[in-house]
Amino acid sequence: MTHLWAIPALPLAGAIILGLAGPTLGPRMSAIIGTASVGLAAIIAIGIGIGWLQHPPPGGAFVQPLWTWVSLPGLTIRCGLTLDPVALLMVLVITIIGSLIHLFSTEYMAGEAGYARYFAYLNLFVAAMLLLVLADDLLVLFIGWEGVGVCSYLLVGFWFADPANGMAAQKSFIVTRIADIAMLAGLLLLSTQRGTLDIHDLTTSLLPRGAWLPEAAAALLLVGCLGKSAQLPLHSWLPDAMAGPTPVSALIHAATMVTAGVYLVVRLHPLFMQAPWVMHGIAIGGALTLLIAAAAGLFQTDIKRVLAYSTMSQIGYMFVALGVGAWSAAMFHFLTHAVFKALLFLSAGAVTMRLHHEQDIFAMGGLRRPLPAAFVCFVIGAASLAALPLVTAGFFSKEIILGALWAAPAPALWAAGITGALLTSIYSFRLIFTVFFGPVITKPSGAYGIRILLPLFMLAIAALCVGWLETPGFLGGNHLLSAFLEPANGEAAVPILSPLIPLTGCLVPLIGNGIAWVLHRRGVWRAQASRVQTPLLGFLTSACGFDAAYRALLVRPYLQLVAALRDDPVDQLSLWAEHAAIALHRRLRATQTGHLRRYAAWMMAGVVATIAMVLLA
Amino acid sequence: MIAWPMSAGLALALFLLGLLGLLTRRNLIFVLMSIEIMLNATGLLFVTAGMRWGNPDGQIMLILVLNLAGAELALGLVLLLRLRGRLPTLDGDRATLLRDAP
Amino acid sequence: MSLLFIISAVLALLTTALAITRANPVHALLYFVLSLLCMAVIFFTLGAPFAAALQVIVYAGAIMVLFLFVVMMLALDKAAMGRERDWIARPVWVPPLLLIGLLATELGRRMLPRTVPTAPISVTPQAVGVKLFTTDLAAVELASMLLLAGLIAAFHLGRRDP
Repeated sequence: MTHLWAIPALPLAGAIILGLAGPTLGPRMSAIIGTASVGLAAIIAIGIGIGWLQHPPPGGAFVQPLWTWVSLPGLTIRCGLTLDPVALLMVLVITIIGSLIHLFSTEYMAGEAGYARYFAYLNLFVAAMLLLVLADDLLVLFIGWEGVGVCSYLLVGFWFADPANGMAAQKSFIVTRIADIAMLAGLLLLSTQRGTLDIHDLTTSLLPRGAWLPEAAAALLLVGCLGKSAQLPLHSWLPDAMAGPTPVSALIHAATMVTAGVYLVVRLHPLFMQAPWVMHGIAIGGALTLLIAAAAGLFQTDIKRVLAYSTMSQIGYMFVALGVGAWSAAMFHFLTHAVFKALLFLSAGAVTMRLHHEQDIFAMGGLRRPLPAAFVCFVIGAASLAALPLVTAGFFSKEIILGALWAAPAPALWAAGITGALLTSIYSFRLIFTVFFGPVITKPSGAYGIRILLPLFMLAIAALCVGWLETPGFLGGNHLLSAFLEPANGEAAVPILSPLIPLTGCLVPLIGNGIAWVLHRRGVWRAQASRVQTPLLGFLTSACGFDAAYRALLVRPYLQLVAALRDDPVDQLSLWAEHAAIALHRRLRATQTGHLRRYAAWMMAGVVATIAMVLLA
Repeated sequence: MIAWPMSAGLALALFLLGLLGLLTRRNLIFVLMSIEIMLNATGLLFVTAGMRWGNPDGQIMLILVLNLAGAELALGLVLLLRLRGRLPTLDGDRATLLRDAP
Repeated sequence: MSLLFIISAVLALLTTALAITRANPVHALLYFVLSLLCMAVIFFTLGAPFAAALQVIVYAGAIMVLFLFVVMMLALDKAAMGRERDWIARPVWVPPLLLIGLLATELGRRMLPRTVPTAPISVTPQAVGVKLFTTDLAAVELASMLLLAGLIAAFHLGRRDP
């Protein structure tokens, strides 16, 4: 466990090597270094995990201090790594899924210009994410937070030659940056009021009830989380971020970076529990996001955008769970979501790479026979997303969340969750029926290598099995995960529910599957491609038109202000002095006529005036 | 009995007459002459002041004023002659080469 | 004594006024010479014979003669005289008169001392000479340097260009 520091250090070293010497090393060496650094980190993490299970450290957390960064009278910041069960779970997910995605990328991105650059950025991202997760102190966490934001920008705009990609990257960076300003304000508030940003100190020494600081700090930090996790109202960057390569979307915008917000809330949950209003806000915001994003997913035409809205919706589920205090349930859903969303994105990447990177689902069809491997993996992933009962991992995590919502008690939130589950099932099976069933529209070409198939199969198996870590009461009450997370999250409440709740949870995905099948048979989905865009449709498709609202309320006034200030009016003010001097000069010049008498007259007038002033004084 | 105010007043009046001539006349000869009038009036004032206090200082100043008047007149006349060489008349208003041309 | 003074004063004023209003420069200069002679008389009445002598010999006798010579050298003809008359038409005098009037009112009341008339005294040329060549010797040197400078400058400027 003393090798904890190596986990973020290895990908960082990989990033530096590839960044400095990437082009000279060549694609094969870059791929090896890139994948091996994260792979080694994964092996170390697994070793640490096994050691943890055998001998859990006392106090529930392992702390590895590195150095003291800031040492001022009012503030001390220590740079160090803390490993508690939540962090260990995150580290395992990041490194294992990360290395699978690196392996996938070696074949997916083969032949691309900037191959070494890609792996350098990806390694840097993994290093920053690991720093975020393992950080001991909120300021170090913030460094990791910003680091992942920067890497997301770099990777979304990877193909920078197309300006649209650059704009998408800028949008993601700017929106998350705005959220980060709020988060920084929260950090400053905490550091000045509490004198420390150490997570352990902040969460153990709590203020008396009714203090204003927890509400204010939690609200500000929440804004940061909303931006990073693409929740309402700062969600509009995620669909546009699909302009990056598909493995990037799998790693960053599905499994890891967008869950950083969830992680922060779980890590600081004692602070958030002291802010009940913020908790209500989290729950309501999460419920709204999951509904609106799921509705938007029904109308998308790009395969990656469907998955992006789906990510937004599933993270909404995690936020709703956080809002009612079900920390372990949220982490469980994070685990299953990471697995099946990565699987979905990689399968989508596998499909598009055989279709010359065609991403419009209405240009695809009947691909289940030409691409059987991709079909099977995609079906497993979509089933897990829709939470088909018993066989998929997504079912268990969603069930636990829905149970926690009902028992909160928050029946309205439960209703939103169930509706969201129905919509999720409909759009995920819409995707399957449209892409893999019906007549073949675009013929695929090429074949898969082992580096594509291996990650897909491993993730598919995980998507089926990992749910059995934590089962609800009526299915055996297996509480491995929550027991593991107990030192950090406290004892997870096991709600006593009437059987109607889980039954609804089992039936709804199947009903959604059925509806999607019926509408596919009727050709409703196909007809979407040619339907006229009504305003209501446009509103739903763009997740309630936040983009247009932001453009009208924020972007346009700002650009108008910029245009108005282009001539630098403040500078003009100082130029006024110059203009006045020149005007005065022109007038005075007129007096220099060269006429002797006139000069004499003016001099005399001056003398008269001066003597008058002297005499009158 | 000598009334000093009258002498000083005379000096002032002569000075103002010279000034009037300076401001009015266009011919440069008259301008030079007006300057001489003014210098002479100043000399009168000096002598008056000197005699009021019974000092020879006033007359010494008169010597210097005369000195100055002579030197200045010589130079002024030479310049007048050179100007006459350039312009056909001695019109002061015509000599405007030193103006600030826009 | 004061009668002589008053007559000379009035005459001085008159001739000076005439001097500045003539069209013919020679006439004007001659009027001015008259004014200088009246001033010499005034100096005499004030009790400064040396000043009077200087006035006649140097000012009227040398400086004005120089002026007259140069004016006659200029040979102004009838056309020039006609122009001169145009240049001193009535309206020309008005603005300068206003200015001079203002100056006169400003200076008049302040400048004229309210002293008690005193008995006449006389400062002899000897007294002037003694003062000049002992206490105010620097003034003599400065005056001679000024004259030298004027001489050289007049000589140089007056040369014909080669």
